Amino acid sequence: MTAIDLGMPALGGLDLVPQAESPQTAKDFTSDQEVRWCPGCGDYAVLAAVRSFMPTLGIKRENTVFVSGIGCSSRFPYYMDTYGMHSIHGRAPAIATGLAVARPDLSVWVVTGDGDSLSIGGNHLIHALRRNVNLKILLFNNRIYGLTKGQYSPTSETGKVTKSSPMGSVDHPFNPVSLALGAEATFVGRAIDSDRKGLTAVLQAAAEHRGTALVEIFQDCPIFNDGSFDVLRRPETAPQRLIRLTAGEPIRFGPAGEDGLGAYAVVREGFGLRVAEAAEVDPADVVVHDPADVHLAFALSRLSDQDLTHTVTGVFRDVRRTTYDDAVRAQVGEARAAADRTGGPDLQSVLRGRDTWTVGD
Amino acid sequence: MTSTDTRSAADPAAAGAPGSRPPTVVRRDRVVIRFAGDSGDGMQLTGDRFTSETASFGNDLSTLPNYPAEIRAPAGTLPGVSSFQVHFADFDILTPGDRPDVLVAMNPAALRANIGDLPKGGVVIVNTDEFTSRNLTKVGYAANPLEDDSLADFQVHAIPMATLTRGALESTGLPKKDAERAKNMFALGLLSWMYSRPQEGTERFLREKFAKRPELAEANVLAFRAGHAYGETTEAFAVVYEVAKAKLPEGTYRQITGNTALAYGIVAATHVTGLEVLLGTYPITPASDILHEVSRHKAFGVTTVQAEDEIAGVGAALGASFGGALGVTTTSGPGIALKAETIGLAVALELPLLVIDVQRGGPSTGLPTKTEQADLLQALHGRNGESPVPVIAPQTPGDCFDAVLDAVRMAVTYRTPVMLLSDGALANGSEPWQVPDVAALPTVDPAFATEPNAPDGSGAFWPYLRDPETLARPWAVPGTPGLEHRVGGLEKADGSGAISYDPANHERMVHLRAAKVAGIPVPDLEVDDPSGEAQLLVLGWGSTYGPIGAAARRVRAMGTPVATAHLRHLNPFPANLGEVLARYPAVLVPEMNLGQLASLLRSRHLVDVQSYTKVTGQPFKAEELQDVFLTHVPGAAS
Repeated sequence: MTAIDLGMPALGGLDLVPQAESPQTAKDFTSDQEVRWCPGCGDYAVLAAVRSFMPTLGIKRENTVFVSGIGCSSRFPYYMDTYGMHSIHGRAPAIATGLAVARPDLSVWVVTGDGDSLSIGGNHLIHALRRNVNLKILLFNNRIYGLTKGQYSPTSETGKVTKSSPMGSVDHPFNPVSLALGAEATFVGRAIDSDRKGLTAVLQAAAEHRGTALVEIFQDCPIFNDGSFDVLRRPETAPQRLIRLTAGEPIRFGPAGEDGLGAYAVVREGFGLRVAEAAEVDPADVVVHDPADVHLAFALSRLSDQDLTHTVTGVFRDVRRTTYDDAVRAQVGEARAAADRTGGPDLQSVLRGRDTWTVGD
Repeated sequence: MTSTDTRSAADPAAAGAPGSRPPTVVRRDRVVIRFAGDSGDGMQLTGDRFTSETASFGNDLSTLPNYPAEIRAPAGTLPGVSSFQVHFADFDILTPGDRPDVLVAMNPAALRANIGDLPKGGVVIVNTDEFTSRNLTKVGYAANPLEDDSLADFQVHAIPMATLTRGALESTGLPKKDAERAKNMFALGLLSWMYSRPQEGTERFLREKFAKRPELAEANVLAFRAGHAYGETTEAFAVVYEVAKAKLPEGTYRQITGNTALAYGIVAATHVTGLEVLLGTYPITPASDILHEVSRHKAFGVTTVQAEDEIAGVGAALGASFGGALGVTTTSGPGIALKAETIGLAVALELPLLVIDVQRGGPSTGLPTKTEQADLLQALHGRNGESPVPVIAPQTPGDCFDAVLDAVRMAVTYRTPVMLLSDGALANGSEPWQVPDVAALPTVDPAFATEPNAPDGSGAFWPYLRDPETLARPWAVPGTPGLEHRVGGLEKADGSGAISYDPANHERMVHLRAAKVAGIPVPDLEVDDPSGEAQLLVLGWGSTYGPIGAAARRVRAMGTPVATAHLRHLNPFPANLGEVLARYPAVLVPEMNLGQLASLLRSRHLVDVQSYTKVTGQPFKAEELQDVFLTHVPGAAS
């Protein structure tokens, strides 16, 4: 429900961004800067996916901006031949908010990591989400601090041994999807760096969403947290763990069962969800994914635990709510319209105020 | 300064009413009144209204509000006392006045907290209804000062203001408590009568303020009139005062506070630059009023973002500047500390940004509602690395408007964050302000980049290729085809703007950023030395302009020459500063800190400046500085 009826047509995420006059390619979005991530870094895969994906949006490259914070993933803007800002640690959502408010004709993307967005920048992240600014936030989650060379992060598993936690981390981690839902996010998705198709689908939905879209991307750090998501990639383990969401479809996963769908199903249990063997439950009890149901989205986020036993990917939540930047601009527009009815805003009259006197009559 | 009293009996023909005798009319050249009461008594509003009446009458004036940081400190206690001092005159005055001629005390706490500032013979008007034994005990009065001889040095008027207000409002049927709350308007009415102030403005104001509660509007107007009538009909007041209009330069005037002037400057920035403005900020005393005022003027293309914290406020402003709007952020000292990293980023990005610091007492939370000038070194140096920013300090409330526009022109022309240092005294203090002619405000062209500029003719865009004259880099905004580029906090290669770790490049870029700011032209320092014979130069900055000027007048009137100069530009300094400092055998720098400007002058110019400092949270008094000046004049007996 919106507090203010803006009387505006239901806009998509890119509707105010000018369209490119001719088709663009991944090469057009590739800057002349040499990419300097470590060999094998998951960031390469995400960069390649984004470079290929951006041209499909059909918007002008010069109306695209990537804003990042600090960390390995935050070098991302340098590698995109768009407008970009590599800012300071944790503050990218705040900077992007100002940019999005000032410029409705831009497609604004924030690139951040688990340390950048969930430690130092946690405050800006939750406030961007609750305000619902028209930003797309790509949260590269490798569950480790890479650029500072291997300390535990706010998404590292409890007990993780790192340079700064030789006896194991005692910090309890955030679940970024649960956090975003708690922060009133209108769009929350998750993908895995190596899953080009799944990642692109989530990015597509995020781009079309008008409002803040948080996309958590599980991303491997081969240097300090090598293989951390391997159980979600290896053919012998992934099917039993990966749950891919499709709106309107029953949530089934795993190797194909008798009915051709996954052998496992997600069913309701109490206020939450549990995983069951599909053959042992009434098909009517299998949960059908509805991205508008916040309770379902939250319950799905809780299926994913630190040990990745079950990991949900896809779009958890996608609902429409007035965006902050649209509402702010609507107030400015309303004030202008009101002023125009009486001859336009008059600075001289504001400076004079109500009580003046004249000297020298 | 002497006050001229010209007593004359009022026209005897008008003295016909039985039982009343005409008051004597006393002409004064200047008067200082202090309204003091509990923080819930509405003293700020009362003072503000008296000031408006005085402004519309045509006196010159200067005000000093003084209120506690707590919204409602425990009622009737000393920490809960709120006061408002107004100084008005028939000539141009520079300060809110040192000592009040008249103290209005709405309760024992207000009397106790303020009576020490009153000179002998001063007028005290007290609301006796609050002088109960409980309230007296609360503030440490063993006996009622109205009943012993402790106030013998003053002219005391004991008036049961709450009772009289209640009586005047009997017909309204308002509950007793609500009726008594209008007693501040009774006090205002009485003072308005005593000083022959026009009344229409206040009545109109009250009807507008309480437009949705007409019964309260009526009650306040009745109380205001009752106070006026009380003065007129009782014989307690033998004199009324007249202060003639001041002879100010020709023009249209209004009353303005520093914060309002800052807000108007931010709104006017849209006009002088043609840019939209985004004010990203977080509420903090004493700067919040700027946000309140600016948010009322959206029609000019001003957007306000009340961010989640200080850092996000300046972040949103900088993001807007990247997008081709003018980013502005407003705060006080603690907020500057939080914003420092983002201001450093703006230095590296070389984008326009206006940062306004309304200084208050520090360190840490310090004295939120009191004034200080102790953020000067923070403004200049409070960031990591060599991070130069221009710093401008307005000297009066009205000057805050011009200072914003100067800062904006600098920020836009030189693509740099600019720091503006106001303070609590300017923020809430007010003075008459000659309304500027909008059409005459100098404009500035943002001159956005529109074409590739690579010197090799490759058609590439080099975001750090500088204008050879200003050293400013091009400002290319998203949406401009062919100029896609990346900026960031990592060091950039001179010219191309690519990331560079090259040692020689970093050295060059540090020097370029410093040279750009150092090369911003600022007007020469003007020296006021009427006799040309002064041996002492008093150099100030910011809000000390008023008391320094007033003290200099006093010292000159005593026959001792003294020169004064006031720094508006703290970075870069005026080019002639060194020469001015060298011209005088003695230089004195009064500051509301522990000598921050003095130490800068000593290190930059090797001049043995003397520092006079004060950090009480209160502005300098002219009387205090007068004595300090005299002891610093070379050869003076001290």
